[in-house]
Amino acid sequence: MITIKFFASLREEVGKNEIQIETSEQLTIAKIWDQVCDGIPLPNHVLMAINMEYADLNSLVEDGDEVAFFPPVTGG
Amino acid sequence: MLIKIISNEFNPWKYLQEHELQAGKFGATATFIGTMRDYNVGDTVKSMFLEHYPNMTEKYLQQISDIALQRWDILDTLIIHRVGKILPGDNIVLVATWAGHRAPAFEACRFLIEELKAKAPFWKRETLIDDKIRWVNAN
Repeated sequence: MITIKFFASLREEVGKNEIQIETSEQLTIAKIWDQVCDGIPLPNHVLMAINMEYADLNSLVEDGDEVAFFPPVTGG
Repeated sequence: MLIKIISNEFNPWKYLQEHELQAGKFGATATFIGTMRDYNVGDTVKSMFLEHYPNMTEKYLQQISDIALQRWDILDTLIIHRVGKILPGDNIVLVATWAGHRAPAFEACRFLIEELKAKAPFWKRETLIDDKIRWVNAN
């Protein structure tokens, strides 16, 4: 089971908050996006994380991981 | 090291006082306080909502605090950050560093706030004076 979370404006654009998928193969983050975002192209500015560490499109996701997609940050 | 994400208004001076090191052990305290403005990109802003990624935010702030403590000759660090509904004049963030001397205190404090602004997962959503709501998309 892989948990995928979306934050802030990206959550609204994608229309999803959090979803879980079952997979038997190791996937890149890019493949995860394609699987769960119904053909929505990945915006250029999107940031991503695996288990709360920044990652990139080619990072590999394993069973039990938490993946997150979010827009550029604006704290402080 | 203290890192706190809080959803209520806070008094930065109180945190500084409470967290201050033992008298005589430090010679410099550098602080940065970020406060909400009532305007942004030409519009009047009525309120703001600050969203964050629970746990990743704390983890990231911990990582940059560890880096600061390794990279500079400083004694301690403090980061307090608001989330939730915020009004103009409310403090959003407090960063403080303590050191023997001013140079490492200033440099580490600057490093922490710049890294926080660049990569800590927080997002601001503004409500304008006409009740229009928009995400802030640049920092």
